[in-house]
Amino acid sequence: MATKTKPLFTGKRHRLDRPELLAPAGNLEKLKFAVHYGADAVYIGGQHYGLRSNADNFTFEEMKEGVEFADRYGAKVFVATNIYAHNEDLAGLEDYLHGLEKAGIAAIIAADPIIMETAQRVAPKLEVHVSTQQSTMNWQAVQFWKDEGMPRVVLAREASLEEIAEIKANVDVEIEAFIHGAMCSSYSGRCVLSNHFTDRDSNRGGCCQSCRWKYDLYEDDIQVYGMDEDQFTMGSKDLCMLENVPDLIEVGVDSFKIEGRMKSLHYVATVVHAYRRAIDSYMADPDNYELKEEWLHDIQKAANRPLNTGFFYDTPGAEDHIYGPEDKAAPYDFAGVVLSYDESTGLAVIQQRNNFKPGQEVEFFGPNGTAFKQVVGDIADEAGDKLDAARHPLQPIVMRTEQPVQPMDMMRKRIRP
Amino acid sequence: MATKPELLASASSLDELRRFAEAGADAFVIGESRYGVRLPGDFPVEQIAEAVAFAKPRGIRIYAALNNVLDNDTVRTLPGYMKQIVDAGVDAIVFGDPAVLMTARTEAAGVPLHWNAEMTSTNYATAEYWGRRGATRFITARELNMEQVLETKAQSSLEIQVQVHGLTNIYHSKRPLVRNYVDHQSEGAKEQSSQLPGNGVPQGTIEEGLYLMEAERPNERYPIYEDANGTHIMSADDLCMIENLHELMEAGIDSFRIETLLKSAEYNETVIRAYRAAIDAYAADPDGYRFNESWLEAIQALQDPNRELSYGFFYKEQVY
Ligand code: SF4
Repeated sequence: MATKTKPLFTGKRHRLDRPELLAPAGNLEKLKFAVHYGADAVYIGGQHYGLRSNADNFTFEEMKEGVEFADRYGAKVFVATNIYAHNEDLAGLEDYLHGLEKAGIAAIIAADPIIMETAQRVAPKLEVHVSTQQSTMNWQAVQFWKDEGMPRVVLAREASLEEIAEIKANVDVEIEAFIHGAMCSSYSGRCVLSNHFTDRDSNRGGCCQSCRWKYDLYEDDIQVYGMDEDQFTMGSKDLCMLENVPDLIEVGVDSFKIEGRMKSLHYVATVVHAYRRAIDSYMADPDNYELKEEWLHDIQKAANRPLNTGFFYDTPGAEDHIYGPEDKAAPYDFAGVVLSYDESTGLAVIQQRNNFKPGQEVEFFGPNGTAFKQVVGDIADEAGDKLDAARHPLQPIVMRTEQPVQPMDMMRKRIRP
Repeated sequence: MATKPELLASASSLDELRRFAEAGADAFVIGESRYGVRLPGDFPVEQIAEAVAFAKPRGIRIYAALNNVLDNDTVRTLPGYMKQIVDAGVDAIVFGDPAVLMTARTEAAGVPLHWNAEMTSTNYATAEYWGRRGATRFITARELNMEQVLETKAQSSLEIQVQVHGLTNIYHSKRPLVRNYVDHQSEGAKEQSSQLPGNGVPQGTIEEGLYLMEAERPNERYPIYEDANGTHIMSADDLCMIENLHELMEAGIDSFRIETLLKSAEYNETVIRAYRAAIDAYAADPDGYRFNESWLEAIQALQDPNRELSYGFFYKEQVY
């Protein structure tokens, strides 16, 4: 990945605030793992008004359960209500916002001002955060939202670190920034490719990722580059600021946001775990902070696209796009979750999440220090019957682990070199 | 006689503005690309003043385009710029970024504000929200359908402006995507030369007439160009509502916008004439109004055969 190591801001350090680590949670299980792996807050989608139309979106009941779980860790739950509404979407908005407030949701993330204003009126306990879909890039627009009563603004992904520093210097409001994950290559909200190509409304959750399709570029009926060459695309590499956590903290970003409500449990836990360690380690001792290679390696284990630093240091160039084949599979795959561990026998019960079998190299990791590799030995079902492979989704599998493990630790397996 | 809706166009130069006024446009949106987005040409402040001097005695209105996504540096220059365009005598300011609204409170008090966030101006309640904060006009997103546009007009207290002709922007990125692509092709070991005459490489400028095609949509050409504000991709068809303009006139839509970007002056002039004729005919006798086939034929005669005239999203259902 493109590495920028030069520190952006030098000189005397002021007191640094500890940023919030904000993670996506596509469903209740992902919420629990995100929180357990160190997220200070999670954002989820409800049944309406969100940009991810997905069967997994939370019901009010699930939200309540999520909020209760997060509470135990002192973590908060936010709900994305970030569509640009059409006239017919407005009926039902008040009830919905009420429901969120009653479920104990801490904040909504809204793009359409009418949703913000309605929330302020009918659900005053909900904080309203201005979504990145507003493409807010300057301090005066941030000031406007603050004056309107919004305690937090999620900046456009196009804002640089210097611009963020200037915004923080001018306006006393919480600033949230995307620091990891897939990105729209357009200004957020300023893309209706899907509407034109497939009659699906991007700004109401219908985006079909047309920016990642391949196109031929023409001038006057001549195809600029031949058939055998890489085609044109708008598709961007994914954002990764893990190597630049100190810069983000020093400019005063209040909330570090990870993208990916559609991403897997393994992905979310891995990414949260990496940033959690980087942030904690920096906050504990900023002067002697060192980036650990293993955090980066961990991120790579779940990454399915090449990574870059977006607009934080400069405008993305040719190397920041993905020409040619799009996704590469991540080198590791999720294999199982630890359900329990018996210290006296050294046996763990592991819930199968993907096939694995004796002889395979696996790796355990968890938020409380679990980190080791081993080769899978004998495995059995809970009745004690030996198995040649763990084939059944969610089946509890008994196996010996070389070191102690804890419930909610994860096991991943290497699937390619 | 019904009240006439406004016929609004943009222009690339003062000459063109005079020509389009002659053809029947009675309002123009002009400005500089630092503050406005996707303008067919730049009008420095002195030229805005000249445009106003030409327009005022003829009852033509000049609106200043300040609808860009603004960064800190530009915001710092906003009060000075706004003062200048107010002095130049513009009739309204078109905005998308709340920073413009904030600055207008002190620098352009009393000047009407038109809210245009392009694809995100999607409902009347949000229009009213901006109205309570000073906006006087709402420019509807082109992705709305007829029913939504008419309901917006019925429900909103603001003036409603609707685009009725020309292409629309469908994607705006801050990234220089054409240059990035060319750089990618000419990088490192592979070094591909272009198939253009003399192996020239495109710069992405608006004059080059670049377009994108996608394998599944062989007949659709999506114009693409770059400027100081990034990369713009435009629709493959041209919106044309002349046949159905009465539906919008009956509803009392206040302003009809013609997008002149990426078209010849001759084409734009013809389009403006056609809509002028339709508006005048309707205003003279709403009940006896009939669509005149020759208006459409005049446009069709100059229409690029590679670009379809369409109803845009007016009669479409979208899912999400
Ligand atoms: S097509 Fe790409 S740029 Fe457009 S909304 Fe979807 S992800 Fe974003």
